Amino acid sequence: MSGKSFFVDLTKCTACRGCQVACKQWKKLPGEKTVNTGSHQNPPDLSATTLRVVRFSEMELEGKMHWFFLPDQCRHCLDAPCKSGASLPDSIIQDPDTGAVVYNEKTAKEDAATIRSSCPYDIPRVNKKTKVISKCDMCNDRVKAGKLPACVQSCPTGTMNFGDRDAMLSLAKKALETAKKKYPDAQLVDEESVRVIFLTQNKPGLYAKTLMADATPTRRTYTRQEALAALTRPLRAFLG
Amino acid sequence: MTNHWIDLKNSDCILIMGSNAAENHPISFKWVTRAQEQGAVVIHVDPRFTRTSAKADIYAPLRSGSDIAFLGGMINYILENDLIFKEYVVNYTNASFIVGDKYDFKDGMFSGFNAETGKYDKSAWAFALDEKGAPKRDNTLADPRSVYQLMKKHYSRYSLKNAVDMCGTPEAKLLEVYKAVASTGKPDKAATSMYAMGWTQHTVGVQNIRAMSIIQSLLGNMGVAGGGINALRGESNVQGSTDQALLFHIIPGYLPTPSTAEKSIEDYLKKVAPVSKDPKSMNWKKNQPKYAVSLFKSFYKNAAPAQAFDWLPKLDVGRDYSWLTLFDQMGKGAFKGFFAWGMNPAVSGANSNKTREAMTKLDWMVNVNIYDNETGSFWQGPGMDPKKIKTEVFMLPCAVSTEKEGSISNSGRWMQWRYQGPKPLGDSRPDGEIIYELAQKVRELYKKQGGAFPEPVLNMNWEDMGNGHEFDVHKTAKLINGYYLKDVSVKQPDGSMKVFKAGTQVAAFPALMDDGSTCSGNWIYCGSYVGPDPKDNRAAKRSKEQTPAQAAIGLFPNWSWSWPVNRRIIYNRASTDLTGKPYAPQKPVLAWNGKGWDIDVVDGGGAPGSVHPFIMQVHGMAALFGPGLNDGPFPEYYEPLDCPVASHPYSKVLHNPTALKFKGEELNVCDPRYPFVCTTYRVTEHWQTGLQTRPQPWLLEAEPQMFCEMSEELAALRGIKNGDKVTLDNQRGKLWAKAIVTKRFKPFIVQGNVVHEVGIPWHFGWRWPEDKSGGDAANLLSPSVGDPNTGIPETKAFMVNVRKA
Repeated sequence: MSGKSFFVDLTKCTACRGCQVACKQWKKLPGEKTVNTGSHQNPPDLSATTLRVVRFSEMELEGKMHWFFLPDQCRHCLDAPCKSGASLPDSIIQDPDTGAVVYNEKTAKEDAATIRSSCPYDIPRVNKKTKVISKCDMCNDRVKAGKLPACVQSCPTGTMNFGDRDAMLSLAKKALETAKKKYPDAQLVDEESVRVIFLTQNKPGLYAKTLMADATPTRRTYTRQEALAALTRPLRAFLG
Repeated sequence: MTNHWIDLKNSDCILIMGSNAAENHPISFKWVTRAQEQGAVVIHVDPRFTRTSAKADIYAPLRSGSDIAFLGGMINYILENDLIFKEYVVNYTNASFIVGDKYDFKDGMFSGFNAETGKYDKSAWAFALDEKGAPKRDNTLADPRSVYQLMKKHYSRYSLKNAVDMCGTPEAKLLEVYKAVASTGKPDKAATSMYAMGWTQHTVGVQNIRAMSIIQSLLGNMGVAGGGINALRGESNVQGSTDQALLFHIIPGYLPTPSTAEKSIEDYLKKVAPVSKDPKSMNWKKNQPKYAVSLFKSFYKNAAPAQAFDWLPKLDVGRDYSWLTLFDQMGKGAFKGFFAWGMNPAVSGANSNKTREAMTKLDWMVNVNIYDNETGSFWQGPGMDPKKIKTEVFMLPCAVSTEKEGSISNSGRWMQWRYQGPKPLGDSRPDGEIIYELAQKVRELYKKQGGAFPEPVLNMNWEDMGNGHEFDVHKTAKLINGYYLKDVSVKQPDGSMKVFKAGTQVAAFPALMDDGSTCSGNWIYCGSYVGPDPKDNRAAKRSKEQTPAQAAIGLFPNWSWSWPVNRRIIYNRASTDLTGKPYAPQKPVLAWNGKGWDIDVVDGGGAPGSVHPFIMQVHGMAALFGPGLNDGPFPEYYEPLDCPVASHPYSKVLHNPTALKFKGEELNVCDPRYPFVCTTYRVTEHWQTGLQTRPQPWLLEAEPQMFCEMSEELAALRGIKNGDKVTLDNQRGKLWAKAIVTKRFKPFIVQGNVVHEVGIPWHFGWRWPEDKSGGDAANLLSPSVGDPNTGIPETKAFMVNVRKA
């Protein structure tokens, strides 16, 4: 079973944040008390109550203004390093039908720092009170009921797509071909190893440092579990 | 919109100017993106690089308020390089019309100006007429008094250099935009224009849109797929509210409000029936007496039309009753009571301190809204002393849109029926119910107590909107469509007679009559509810059935219903030549089949070439020369009334001489105390004055506070760092904001000087969030000055100072 996948065409994303809000609505997650920190990105980062966040990145390249938008979320890796890094066998499970990587309450027994650092995309976050670790679960409940994930349903521009993995891969390859005509640096990100396939119009690192898996361990020191997880991590050079 | 949302996908060039469509109309980008995928060039012209700019192929910055320099420059570019679609311009616009001898233009002023009243005598701009009374024409366009030649001369001053100097747009960018738009002057190409409050909220607001209308007419982009002038309406039903005349100067269906100048119904009907002596001009407005009488009969169905007219309220001649004037008069104690219905003027209106202060002069206010707001609680707002305020405020909680049945009309003029979802919360009630019951109570009082002039109140037709106790949305929708009040016999094309029984719904507005035998609450909606049953409600249609030709241009004639007569692209006759052949054979809007027209519902009717296409214009032609507006027949450059320059190269007249102004309103012209241009705008995450969204945690966390976007250069000048708290002020007010220091805002070079601009969002107010962490209204800083045609306040360009808090 090849399961499900997302295809996220970032050339079409307008950062309307419909997906960010739809996620909170379906998951009944509370709003956070935020302030404006001089950026439109808010909440400023993922948290135990913010499972997807749209990241804003602005810069001038060769005199031209760019504003890159990244609706960030768990990539649902085919071989999930976080699952390999877990100490319990059933705190992080992978749905055999959809391929969704799903965390449950037993993650409270895991070492949150280890789980977070095992993720090449820096996604999992711990609830400081309950110690339960959270992230996107692909709206596995919706998907099993034949519905689209809430984020995909809310997207007005066709950025977010969801379906059988083969269909999404072929959609992604087709979209890449089209995008390349306009954006020579367009590329698919880690498409062989994840279930959330991003199409970027420029180098992935310009969107966010964690858009693409970084094979070189520069962010922090490896823990034992992480080293283990690294064996299954997608080995793709950081091109940003 | 002349076109509709889906039609954006048919465009070859999308000019987004005066709008931030990606952020404020997110769904529009579904169709903008489709067009882009098929090779369309998307252009964004805006003072600030936004989420729309990020998706555009070309981004061109311009200083707020300088749009006519930009657009006038484009008109000049098109004319100088002869890039017009000539056949279209000659046959379908008034380019060939000869303008009368009294018209003149000198140094920023049109002829006919009366310095005492500050108004133009528009008769000075009339067309020259031939012996039959039709406009004289020169189809060679060579006559020096032709619209074409006068226009060419008028815009010859609109050089690239002048545009660069006033807009601060780099010359290369200007040229790139001009070339892209002008390239659609070919018969089979179309550019579209998406605009919103960035164009309207200026003292030259109407003329901004007129300038674009001229460009679209010169390029043959009106009436075609992927073309048009498309106003993106701010609220999903703002189109509907305008259609139903939620403005002082019109009554339903865009008929002028009766005034004291019309002593009788005859005077009024004469006024609303323009005359054209051109046999090919349908001059559709000549039918307006039928629509007016049918409207009066919908108000007073048992009265003779003349009696109904007498009962209608009348405007005093020459008096303005627009928003700014309303609050100016309120501040002078001119009236005692005020309904703030689904509105939040303490935040939404220009010059908030003036507006809020005006409310203290009221005896009572009724605030109808879903939450308490800055308006209902104005008496306990910043700087107010409740002990000194006499105003009594009544709060009537109303249902939200999903809690009630009814129709909304979207920007594309689609009347869409919606069903009730959840029941209204607690004691809140639908607006219709509140109005209906209020009217019954007022009538009871008039019945009991009499009153100065009870007849108009007592005779009003409420029975067609409810059962005497409860409001009925279907009955109301049927009344808006209209029905026969008497049995009427109508001769059919085959010579036979058909009788329409009294009580039968009218099929479409051509059947409305001026003898009192029909009623219709709004002629443009006649045809929307054509029978007794809910299944006859065309607004509720949800079928995707369409022909292949309709599919090719994304036209869904069986999905909801569009006014007028389900026409999806208005002025569509101009998409074909005089023989009925489509100019763009790859995306035709109309096709002549030898007997009739296929695809869309044709404007006008009859065989190809038999009538001029712009049927709502008296002479049937697109108006390059528009002699009906209050500030001139051609758009002319004037600075915003608050501005950073002392002069401009177009004339010696700095400001629009007819702008709406008030005594005592001090303006900032090159005032060193307030050196920076400030503009206001919206964000995706908040809605209108934020009343529905600021109490919503998921939206508030995304945009929690008032912010001020500024360039790195200005921040350095003022010692401001990203995320710092700053204050903005001028003589009208003061507010705080969080600084967003960004490369997306750049200083402008205007006439050789650096001009800084900042931008603040419109949505915040002190009432929500309740911990007061959000900030207060942007309008604390905006001036009480407005457009001379609409009265819309100039809230997009004014002057402020910015400091680190």
